[in-house]
Formats: sequence, C-alpha cells, structure tokens
Amino acid sequence: MLETAPQPTVPPRDLTAPENEARLTAHRLTCVRDDRPLFRELSFTVGLGEVLQVEGRNGSGKTSLLRILCGLATPAEGEVRWRGQPLSRVRYDYWLDLAYLGHAHGVKLELTPIENLRLARALKRPHPVIGIEDALERVGLLGFEDVPARSLSAGQCRRVALARLLATRARVWILDEPLTAIDRRGVTEIEALIVDHARAGGSVVLTTHHAVRLSGCRVSSLLLAA
Amino acid sequence: MSAPSATASPAGVAEAEAPRLATAFWLLFRRDLLLAFRHRGELANPLLFFVIVVSLFPLGITPEVETLRLMAPGLIWVAALLATMLSLDSIFRSDFDDGALEQICLSPHPLAVLVLAKVLAHWVVTGLPLLVLGPLLAVLLSLPAQAMDTLLVTLVLGTPVLSLVGSIGVALTVGLRRGGALLSLLVLPLYVPLLIFASNAVGAAMVGLPVTGQILFIAALLVLSLSLAPVATASALRISLN
Repeated sequence: MLETAPQPTVPPRDLTAPENEARLTAHRLTCVRDDRPLFRELSFTVGLGEVLQVEGRNGSGKTSLLRILCGLATPAEGEVRWRGQPLSRVRYDYWLDLAYLGHAHGVKLELTPIENLRLARALKRPHPVIGIEDALERVGLLGFEDVPARSLSAGQCRRVALARLLATRARVWILDEPLTAIDRRGVTEIEALIVDHARAGGSVVLTTHHAVRLSGCRVSSLLLAA
Repeated sequence: MSAPSATASPAGVAEAEAPRLATAFWLLFRRDLLLAFRHRGELANPLLFFVIVVSLFPLGITPEVETLRLMAPGLIWVAALLATMLSLDSIFRSDFDDGALEQICLSPHPLAVLVLAKVLAHWVVTGLPLLVLGPLLAVLLSLPAQAMDTLLVTLVLGTPVLSLVGSIGVALTVGLRRGGALLSLLVLPLYVPLLIFASNAVGAAMVGLPVTGQILFIAALLVLSLSLAPVATASALRISLN
C-alpha cells in the first residue's frame, strides 16, 4: 500500500448532489474481535448537522466502531463511505474533514497546550478564524497556555484535546468518551460545542456513558447489543 | 523558536485552505526534538552505553595497542549498532501509548513524509552524537589517524541507515506489549550489510587500501533506505494501529 499525497484521485464531484453531500455512511459493517463478533451488518448514515450517539455496554464494540469509522481499523466485512465513495479511495479527502478524539487523547504531557495545538493544526486543516488562543479560551484553559500538560489535571488534558477540534476545521467529529474526567459545568460547555458544530453543518458521532442533553440539533442514537 | 509562529500565521488567514506539508514536517520534527530535550536523561542512556561498551573491551581483553587497533573498527560499529537499537523504541512508543500516533496517522498528509520527520529527529538525537563520540573512542582504541576520516564518513552515511531501517522494525512491533526482543531479531540482521561494509572500510583505510567501493556501497544503502524505509514504516504503522 503506497502512501500518496492527497490528490484528486476521484473525478470532480458535484457537492450539491444528494449522493455527494458531506455524509458518512456505514454499509453493512461487521466487526470481529478475537473470533467474537461484536456487531454484524451494521448500516447507518450520519448526514450534515446530525449527531449520532452510539450506546452500548462495555465491550459492545463502541470504540471498535469509531475506529472503523475513522479509517484506523478495517472492518471484517462491509465498508465506510464518505460522500458515497468507499473510504479506501477517498481516505485523504476524508481525513481532511475528520477530527478524532480517541480514548487516549493524544495530548503530549511534556508539551504545553499551545505546543500541542500548534502541531495538531499543522497535521490537519487549520481553522481560518479560530486560532490556538481562541480555541483554548473556548474550552476554559485561558491562563494555562504555557503550563506543561503534565501539570494539568486529567480533565484539563481532555479539554486540550477538545480545543484541537475547534482549532482545526473538520466537518466530521468522532468522539470516543469526550466527557471522561470533565466536571459538570464542563459537560454543559461541551454539549454546547457539539450542538454548535452540528448547527453549523457538521456531523458528530460520539459515545458516552454520561447522559447528554443535546437540544437544538438532530440527534439519533444507535444501540450496540453485545 | 519564532519560526513556527511565522509559518503558522499565514495558514490562519482567511482563504488558507490546504494544510501545508512543509509546515507539518517541520513542526513534527521540532516537536520530537523538543520532547527529546525535555527527556534529557533518557537521551543520554544510549550514548553512555556506547561509551561504556567500547571502553570495557580494553579492560576485558587486552590493553595491548596492536590488538585494540585491529578490533577498533568492528568494535565501534557494533557498539553504535547496539546503542541505536536501545533508543529505537522511543521513535513511536510514547506516541503510540498516548494516542498521538493515531492523530498523526489520521492526518491528510502522506504518512511516509511525516514518518521521515520523526526518523530524522531520532537521528539528530542519537546518530549525530555518535559522530562525535565515535572518533573520540577510536582514539581510545588507538585507531591510526589515517583511518579516522574513513570512520567519520562511514558514521555519517551509516547512522541514518540505522535509524531508517530501525523505524520499520519499531513500527511493526510497537503494538506488541513485549516487542523488545522481537525488534532486535527483526532489525539486527538488516544491519549486517552495513556493519560489514563499514568496518571493512575502516579496516582497509588502516592499512592504506582504497575504500571508495565500500563507501559507495554504504551510500547506496542510505539512498535505498531513505527512499523505501519511510513507506514501509508508514504501512507498518497502519497495520500496528489496526
């Protein structure tokens, strides 16, 4: 598998055509872990302005599903489609529009929030308006910009990771337990971020064990039964 | 230190859409150096190992100049190889553990180029000091002065090969809990051609024989690994993360 630069390998698309609008489709996904099927023939679509909440017990395959949706893991069967095209063909196109917050949040503890976000922006598409400081302000980390993340609390580290979503411009957010270690007021703030993103035309897929109140946007939920 | 903000701010203005590969390469390279610098203690370990291993041999075998001189080229190269092995794991380990590697792999930039930035940083941190320490230890082993240039040239051309080839092995084993032993099994055989040509070149220079052939071979190894290793490492990383 050769790595190639993000280039238009797909023919120019009419983005207004219904099959080409920015949407993420799971087509008959099957995931098998250690010979144990986690889910079978799972199909759904997350469109513009939609939030999909994935629910299920521990070990039901929520994280596996999100990793497949990101393109990090390959499903045993089925495929993920972005704008109607299989992910294997539009990977780089898709990643340009994807922000993923995993279980491990990917914040370097030795670096300050600013240093962390600087690289995160360079690795993705930097947001044209929201800068690093603005993003940190929105997640409530003003005053901690130059503190090494090691001295921050677990919740504050999560917030740095959330600031990454804001400082880059991605249409699809895939969030694995974004509310872990976040305090009650923070949860409300993050709910607002998610709703804002969906209202601005973004899509969100998230898993969480917390009860979230997302009002003002289209929310659907998917229950994974182990 | 002000360079990144200078490169980042044009990307912040209104129409700047496309993420720039050069910026990402530079920032990732700089980040890895910064991380290494903030772990100075770990940085010194492979280098101390290098110095100690080489200085143990005169104690263990013989302090006799003639014997030491004979062993010097091979000894320095074997020690350099083992010292690099010790530090290889650090290329991807911490990024794998804290999820930063996933973020790098989900970048729209070609992963092979990003991998190259990380390997380059690893070389600056571990290979570059060997260029300084190698000749110093060669003096300790009384390597003749006429072979010193050749030793330096083989180290300049050879140590990047160690980092590049090693990165493939690390990328393959980073997902395993105890990949250390497997890593040496995978990587050490691949180092053998380099070891043979490098120590042979220094040995030949000691007795005044021409060394161009060996040097060119090492240069060819460098070109080969520079062009193929990042691609192989990128694929291996995707497999490890799967």
